Amino acid sequence: MLQNKTKKYLVGIYNDENVLISAIKKLKGENVSIEEVYTPYPVHHLDEYLGHKRSRLSKAAFLFGATGTLTAITIQTYTMGLSWPMIIGGKDYISPPSFVPVSFELTVLFAAFGMVITFLLSNNLLPWRYKPFMFDPRSTDDKFVMAIDMESNSKSEDEISQLLKNTGAESVDTKEKPVSNDL
Amino acid sequence: MQVTSPVREPLVLRKPDENNPGKLRTTTLADVTNDICRQVEAAPNMRWLLAMLISLVAFAWGSYTLYRTWWFGIGEWGLNKTIGWAWDITNFVWWVGIGHAGTLISAILLLFRQKWRTSINRAAEAMTIFAVICAGSFILMHMGRPWLAHWALPLPNTYGSLWVNFNSPLVWDVFAISTYLSVSVVFWYIGLIPDLATIRERAIRDGRAIPAFIYGCLSFGWDGSAKTWARYEMVALVLAGLSTPLVLSVHTIVSFDFATSVIPGWHTTIFPPYFVAGAIFSGFAMVLTLMLITRHVFKLQHYITLAHIESMNKVILLTGSIVGIAYLTEFFIAWYSGVEYESYAFLNRMFGPYWWAYWSMMTCNVISPQFFWFRAMRRNIYVTFALSIVVNIGMWFERFVIIVTSLHRDFLPSSWSMFWPTYVDVGDYIFSFGLFFTAFFLFAKFLPVVNMAEVKAVLASSNEEIQEAGLVEAEKEAATAAH
Repeated sequence: MLQNKTKKYLVGIYNDENVLISAIKKLKGENVSIEEVYTPYPVHHLDEYLGHKRSRLSKAAFLFGATGTLTAITIQTYTMGLSWPMIIGGKDYISPPSFVPVSFELTVLFAAFGMVITFLLSNNLLPWRYKPFMFDPRSTDDKFVMAIDMESNSKSEDEISQLLKNTGAESVDTKEKPVSNDL
Repeated sequence: MQVTSPVREPLVLRKPDENNPGKLRTTTLADVTNDICRQVEAAPNMRWLLAMLISLVAFAWGSYTLYRTWWFGIGEWGLNKTIGWAWDITNFVWWVGIGHAGTLISAILLLFRQKWRTSINRAAEAMTIFAVICAGSFILMHMGRPWLAHWALPLPNTYGSLWVNFNSPLVWDVFAISTYLSVSVVFWYIGLIPDLATIRERAIRDGRAIPAFIYGCLSFGWDGSAKTWARYEMVALVLAGLSTPLVLSVHTIVSFDFATSVIPGWHTTIFPPYFVAGAIFSGFAMVLTLMLITRHVFKLQHYITLAHIESMNKVILLTGSIVGIAYLTEFFIAWYSGVEYESYAFLNRMFGPYWWAYWSMMTCNVISPQFFWFRAMRRNIYVTFALSIVVNIGMWFERFVIIVTSLHRDFLPSSWSMFWPTYVDVGDYIFSFGLFFTAFFLFAKFLPVVNMAEVKAVLASSNEEIQEAGLVEAEKEAATAAH
């Protein structure tokens, strides 16, 4: 097995969502850079407190949806109007009201699948990643886990560790994370 | 602008305190994980095996009649040249309608920020998927030659480029149902990923290698980081926004199958809203039937409480009353329009040879939900369970009445006919039940039936509510039900 490089992290474990949020605010005030926080459920606005950028997924969804609409209109116009024109029920060859339902359905289909596939790929969520690296497995159960990259902080380990405890962390640990971590 | 509807009653109840007998303590995040994962991790019990056996027997019997349908053709059924759509299309519309509740709960209630959806959305969405699969199976049966099913798609072919007819509501249906099924599966699965990661981590912790690998693959390497959650919430919101018009469009398009024809009793503009209301009505009834059983078998009384049941019953009351008004409107218009065929079709429904189907429908759909005007009825488990079944019987008869009574009196009296189901018809219906319940029981055993992450997210506000409210009525019920 290859010897992977590792990075050192300070891991603070919190018990409560509100304690966690106030801790993030205090640590930000002390200029501590927090790499990521792991939670068992979606905590609203947590990404904003951490300073993550707003996701552009909804824009992607719109573009996928528009692709679906265009695809549907193209298929229907081509098959009904150009490839094999037929008069059905006294309607025009190209009869826009008849094309509304399928255009709508394909819009939804393309938007939903396009956005979900983008979401999975952009978060590296893939079936063969069956054992991802976890700072603490309890973050999928009932703990809120804060990971602080020691390299991107100028403060010493003891200082940050003390800060974490002061902000209400239940325990503070160090953990090595493999740098190239695809599994 | 963000509006969150206030929680009027705790959504997660307190549990008996282990250290302090006779007292209750608030439910913790770890309790949610343990209570929901228990049935996934435990060996299957006798009750589950028995339930599986019964549904597999139904499935096997149905498979035999399905074999007859496909081997000998749809001449095995009771339909004829006059009544070309009968039992199969009735079942198709019935199952599609049932599916609608799952999407309503997971998408529309998410947009309305109704927190009570969190304990039931997972199972309701699973029900949607299985119900739509059952509906699809009737389309394949109705085709008679299911190996030619791809003819319904606009594929280039060797017969000269003869395409499908995009003016036809049946083609719209192909697109609507397949989009609905696939989007529902995706929506449901995205919601499952965080919970599957919880099960994965528990399996790793307990050293169970095979479940750790299987749930590991299924959970796609989810780690619950704030960035992933933020994107997850956006995906859920956009999917809900897409699913809401989608679910309304599906039953609208199903109703177009009838409404765009010129058959008296079908050719009415009221059909789309009336079908959508009926779909939600029957779907909520099916959710209640399943959830009342699930909460009992898996002891989930703390998560699926009387408050949830009451909310669902309110939806049943509302949609049931809309359906009732739609029936009356149809009648009024049949008379008011002055069209003699239309008037005859409706009088024939009421007093013709299928009068019993009509009056079953009226009793089950219009009268029975009215009991839910009373709070005591809405919060009574036994009444709710009985009425949830009655509602679905009524909704089945509604589709039967619409389809069969409208067709059996042709414009030409010499073509007048009757439809009586054969045992193959009945067997094909039993097949769909076998399929539905087998799938549902497998889901209930191997996947978390309650969305743990979402319940955890409402736990704090629910616990605050308990502090204010003290012992609530629902807790008394949960305590007695647990014994």
